[in-house]
Amino acid sequence: MTKKRIITFVSFICVLLASLFLLQKLFMPKYVHGIVEGSLIEEYYTEEEKNHDIIFIGDCEVYENFSPITLWENYGITSYIRGSAQQLIWQSYYLLEETLKYETPKVAVFNVLAMMYDEPQKEAYNRMTLDGMKMSSSKINSIKASMMEDESIIDYFIPLFRYHSRWSELENDDFKYLFKKENLFHNGYYMRADVKPVTSIPKGKKLPDYRFGENAYDYLDRMVELCKSKGIELVLIKAPSLYPYWYDEWDEQMVEYAKKHDLLYINFLNHIDEIGLNFEEDTYDAGLHLNVYGAEKLADYFGRILVKKFDLEDKRNDEKLKKIWDSKIEFYNEMKEKQLKEIEEYGYIKSLAPNPGQ
Amino acid sequence: MFFTSYSFIIFLSIIFLLYYLIPKRLQWPLLLIASYIFYGFAGIKYFTYIVLTTISTYIVGLKIGNLYKEESKYLKENKGILSRVELKEYRTTSKSIRWKWLLFCMLLNFGILGVTKYTNFTISNINFILAKLGSGRQLGFLDIALPMGISFYTFKSMGYIIDVYRGKYEPERNIFKFALFVSFFPQIIQGPISRFDDLSETLFKEHNFDIKNFNDGMIRILWGFFKKLVIADRILVGVNTIIRNPDTYQGAFVFIGMLFYAYQLYADFTGGIDITIGISQVLGIKIKENFDRPYFSKNIAEYWRRWHITMGTWFKDYLFYPISVYKPMLNFSKYARRTFGDSIGKRLPVYISSIIVWFTTGIWHGASWNFIMWGLTNCFVILVSQELTPFYNWFHSKFNVKDKFLFRSFQVVRTILLMSAIRLFDCYRDVPMTFRMFGSMFTNFNVSDLFNGSLLNLGLSFADYIVLLIGLVILTTVSLIQRKGSVRDRLYKKPAILRYSVYYVLIVSIIVFGAYGVGYDSSQFIYNQF
Repeated sequence: MTKKRIITFVSFICVLLASLFLLQKLFMPKYVHGIVEGSLIEEYYTEEEKNHDIIFIGDCEVYENFSPITLWENYGITSYIRGSAQQLIWQSYYLLEETLKYETPKVAVFNVLAMMYDEPQKEAYNRMTLDGMKMSSSKINSIKASMMEDESIIDYFIPLFRYHSRWSELENDDFKYLFKKENLFHNGYYMRADVKPVTSIPKGKKLPDYRFGENAYDYLDRMVELCKSKGIELVLIKAPSLYPYWYDEWDEQMVEYAKKHDLLYINFLNHIDEIGLNFEEDTYDAGLHLNVYGAEKLADYFGRILVKKFDLEDKRNDEKLKKIWDSKIEFYNEMKEKQLKEIEEYGYIKSLAPNPGQ
Repeated sequence: MFFTSYSFIIFLSIIFLLYYLIPKRLQWPLLLIASYIFYGFAGIKYFTYIVLTTISTYIVGLKIGNLYKEESKYLKENKGILSRVELKEYRTTSKSIRWKWLLFCMLLNFGILGVTKYTNFTISNINFILAKLGSGRQLGFLDIALPMGISFYTFKSMGYIIDVYRGKYEPERNIFKFALFVSFFPQIIQGPISRFDDLSETLFKEHNFDIKNFNDGMIRILWGFFKKLVIADRILVGVNTIIRNPDTYQGAFVFIGMLFYAYQLYADFTGGIDITIGISQVLGIKIKENFDRPYFSKNIAEYWRRWHITMGTWFKDYLFYPISVYKPMLNFSKYARRTFGDSIGKRLPVYISSIIVWFTTGIWHGASWNFIMWGLTNCFVILVSQELTPFYNWFHSKFNVKDKFLFRSFQVVRTILLMSAIRLFDCYRDVPMTFRMFGSMFTNFNVSDLFNGSLLNLGLSFADYIVLLIGLVILTTVSLIQRKGSVRDRLYKKPAILRYSVYYVLIVSIIVFGAYGVGYDSSQFIYNQF
C-alpha cells in the first residue's frame, strides 16, 4: 500500500466515523418534550457538586414524589434522585454502584415497588434508564441484566444501530438539542404543577403468588451489601402512590426483610394523613404520582424522619452550597410559575406536551 | 447465525483477520474450522447429518476413484490379451460396481434429505387420502428438524459424486478438504451450488492478501447488505401484510403484493449471493455467479438461464440429461416416434424429462403442493412457449419489431409479470387459495385501491416507499451498467474520491435505512429455508 493510499483510507475511516457519530447524536431521542423522563439519568453528570447526603434510587415513585428542593429548604439536606421510568431493581443497584463511584452519601433510599419485577420488562424503559448512563462496568452489567430477548448489547454500545430508523421522524428538537440540552429536572425530581384528583382507588387483583422473585431479592441483598461496605445507611420506602396496587403480602415481606437486615422501612401509604396528603389536590394523574404540592409535603415529612434517624447536618449555612442551591431554588420556582401560567392559559402544561410548538 | 446479524459480522471480521495473519498453509484448515463453527451455531445436533454426508460421499468417491484406477491398471496390464468381448464385459462389470456405489451414496444422501424434508409432507398427503377414503385414522406428524443448508450441501456433494462416477475428475483424497468443500460457510445456507472442480481450484490454494480482491469483495458484501437490509427486509412488511390477510387484501393488492414479492425475492436472494461471493472474494476464493440480471430476460426459459444459475445447471446436468439418455426413455422415444410420428414423438420424451425436472425443482424449493405447482406451472409456460415458436416466428416475419426497444421492453415486462404471477404459489398458504387470489386480480381489481391511501396501511410509510423507490432506481441502474461489464472493475478505475464516496453512501445507507434491529423482525434469507 502506498503512503497516499493509506492516508486516503485513514481519512475515509475518520470521515465515516465522524459522520456516524453525528448521525448517532442526531437520531438518539432527545426527551426534552413529551416523555422527558428519558433525560433523567444523564442529567446527574451535569451536577456541579456531587456530594449529597441522600441518594434516592428507584422508579417514578421516587422521581415524581420527593422534592429535593424542599429537603434543602426545610432541613438543609442535599439530595439527588437517580430515578428513571420503571427502573428495575438491578438497574437501581447498578445505578447506585455507579453513583458511589462519584460520591458517598450518608443515606441511600430505595423505593421497593421494583421488587414486583423479577425479569426485564420493556425495551423502551430499559433504554430510558441505560442510554443516559455513562459507559462503565456498572452500565455494562446493568445492560446485561436488563436486556430483553430480542435486544443486543451492541445496540447499547452503538445506539445508532437502535435508533437509525428515526430518520423518518426527526423533529426540530433533534437538531436543536444535537449537542446540548438544558436541565429539565431538579436534582432528579420531575416537577408537575397540574392537578388531577383521584376519582376511584383501584383494588388489587388477586395474584397466584405474592412472593417476590429470587432475582429481585438477590439484587436487594447486593444493595444491602454494597451500602454496608461503604458505610451507607440504606432506607427502604414505599412511596404513597395509590397504584400500582401495593399488596399487604408484599408489605409484610418488606417489613420482614427490613427487620432481618436491620434497615429502616417506611411504607408511606400508611402515613398519608400524617404527611398531610390530599389526593384531591396533591396528584397530577389521579393517584399514580404526586404533583409538586404533594412531593413537597412528602419531602418535608420524610426529611423530618431522616434528620432524626440519621442525624443529618443542616448545611444551609454552607456558603458554597447555599449559592448552588439558591440557583436551584430559583430554577425550581421559575419552572413552577411557568407551569402554572401554562395551565392557566392552555389548561395543561404545554412545555411538557410532545409537540409544544404546535 | 444470520448473515445480517452482529454475531456474523464479528465472526467474519475475525476470520478475515486470521486468514491473512496465519501461515498460508493453514488457510483452508481455518476455513474448515470456521465453517463448522458457523454450522454449530445452527445446532450441534445437525452435525450428524452433514458429517454423514461428508464421510459417505468421501468414501464412495474414493471407492469409485479406486475402481477407476483398478480398471485402468487391469486394462493396461491386459492390453492385447483380452478379446473385445472380454474387454466389454470387464468394462460393463466395472461400471456396474461403480454404479452400485453411486446408487448407494445417492440413496443414502437423498434419503436423508427426503426423510428430513419430506416426511411430514408425505404424512399430510397420506392423511388427506385417508380422510377422503372416510378413514377415521390419521398419522401423527414427526418432530424432524431440517438441518441447515441440507438442500444445498446435499446437491453439492451429489454433484461431486456423480462427476467422480462419470470420471470427470479424480476424487478428493483429503477428507478435511472434502469436508470444507461440503461445508464452506459462505455458501452453505443458500448456495450457489458449486461444482467441486470449480471451487477446489481456489478453495484449497494459499492466498496472499490482495487489495483489489479485498476491495471488490467488501463492496460486493456491502451491496448485498444494501439489497437485503434496505430493500428486501423493508418491503417484507408489505408483502406479509398482503399475503397473510387474503380476505382483506385481494384484487389490486394481490397484484401489488406479487410485484412486491418479486422485488423482495430478487433483493433478498441476490443480496445473499452477493454477500457469499463477496466474502469468498475477500478470502481469494472464486465462486461462480448465480444470477445474470434475470429481470431483463425476454422469456421464461431465458429467465431460468439467468436466475439461480447453479441450481438450473445442476438439474440440467444431473437430472435432465441423465433422464433424457436413460435407456427406457430412449426406447420410449423410439416408440413415440413410431406411434405418434416424428413431430410429437420427438417432443414427448423432452416433455416428460422437463416435467420430472420441474417437479423436482418445485419440491426441492419446499415440501408443499404449492412448490410443486409452482415448478409445474413454470414447466407448462416454458413448454407452451416452445410450442408457440412457429407463431412467434410468423409474427416476427410479419412485423419487424424484434429488435425494437419498445418490443423488448414489453417482453421484459411480460416475463416479470408472468414470473411474479407464478410465484404467487410461493406466497399463499395452499394451492386453492393461490388460485383464488390470482383470480381476484381479474374479478376484484379496484384501481382506486392503489391511490386512495390504502397502500399506506400495509405497514409501509410514505418514507418507506421513497426508500424502496430509490432502491429500485439504484438496482436498475446498476443492472444496466452491468451490461457493459463489472461495475466494481469500473469503479476501481475511478478516482479515489469517487470510489470512497460510493463506499460511504453504501455504508451510511445500510446503517441508517436498513430494516434491522429492535422494531424490525429479523428475517433470514428466503433461500435459507430451502
